[in-house]
Amino acid sequence: MKVELTVNGKEVTADVEDRMLLVHLLRDVANLTATNIGCETTSCGACTVLLDGESVKSCTVLAAQADGQSVTTLEGLAADGQMHAVQQAFHQEHGLQCGFCTPGMVMAIVSLLKENPSPTEAEVRTGLEGNICRCTGYHNIVRAALAAAEAGK
Amino acid sequence: MIPPAFTYVRATSVDEALGLAAEHGEDAKYLAGGHSLLPLMKLRFAAPGVLIDLGRIPELAYVRDEGTYVAIGALTRHHDVAHASLLESDVPLLAHTAEAVGDPQIRHRGTIGGSVAHGDAASDLPAALLALDASFVIRGQDGTRTVPAAEFFRGIFETALEPGELLTEIQVPKPASPAAWGFQKFTKRAIDWAIVGVAVQGHAVALVNMGSTPLRATAVENALASGASIADAAALAAAGTSAGSDIHASKAFREHLARVLVKRALEDAAARS
Repeated sequence: MKVELTVNGKEVTADVEDRMLLVHLLRDVANLTATNIGCETTSCGACTVLLDGESVKSCTVLAAQADGQSVTTLEGLAADGQMHAVQQAFHQEHGLQCGFCTPGMVMAIVSLLKENPSPTEAEVRTGLEGNICRCTGYHNIVRAALAAAEAGK
Repeated sequence: MIPPAFTYVRATSVDEALGLAAEHGEDAKYLAGGHSLLPLMKLRFAAPGVLIDLGRIPELAYVRDEGTYVAIGALTRHHDVAHASLLESDVPLLAHTAEAVGDPQIRHRGTIGGSVAHGDAASDLPAALLALDASFVIRGQDGTRTVPAAEFFRGIFETALEPGELLTEIQVPKPASPAAWGFQKFTKRAIDWAIVGVAVQGHAVALVNMGSTPLRATAVENALASGASIADAAALAAAGTSAGSDIHASKAFREHLARVLVKRALEDAAARS
């Protein structure tokens, strides 16, 4: 079917299989490969993107369901060569080890801070329950989320 | 993992959805948030030929005050149930339970109607709705009917919904003492399904994953009604249940968990009220 989405502010139009998942549209059609495919079972959160501004797991959304909606991937966060506050905080707090979960973590935190701009540490940890870091580097990821919240005040 | 091939059609109203279901017959499935159905399709446990997407039916997403009860549109997302101020004040058990489903990303997509219609005994919301004596409004080609939660869940993934029928609204009576609620679930990881869960509203006690459907713990309820202590009543939590054994827990461990969690949930309800 024909789908038309806005991805990172740009129109993306494609004729895709009805069963195509949003993550495959982003990676294989729009050539935006920051969004990683991890478990493909709605568990790990590596494929998290924003759909109309809210975090979703793009392995469990059909491209057809996202038709007409607005998607933001990691590539869409930086503006005018300046990293987004959450990206900057990951850099400062060394919020990554191997980096595979990082795009999903960053997008989940962007969504979390939009809903709760001043979370407690416990709220950050609960808010990231849908994202798995197999290096177990959670402490610095949580520090990065709290630093981004502080920077946004 | 990619789901098996299907034809995608989109409904923009309830009438259109019912018409599409009639046209495509038993080969069609309704798609709400897709967070139960799409994972099943990826695993080839379900392979419908047609998916009827309900995601563009705005008339089915609402939380409305109807005086003695709260009406919730079937397509209301878990996130919106969890943050509805009417539910936080008048039915806090339901708001809290919705916040306990999955993770934030799942709550941004999954819907209360999808969770109920899926009919999984391991889901949190069906048990909470059973404890709240909710009713489900069902529309079909022949009109509308309302089924109480106690008669809706029939067996493993089996509900009172007939082929082509659509769950449109969940009606939740406002509890006399809204604060008298408790919700407990035991999981190995935050996002897992409950190994066992418990929803309490007043003296109503419902169990998650202690049988093929969500169950009322009637032995506990009867004991409380006859004046038993919380500890004595909770000791009866596994009576009349039919928990299974699997890789996550044995039947005996589930029965133990039910007794412990019922006690905690009843104590929470007593402390809040």
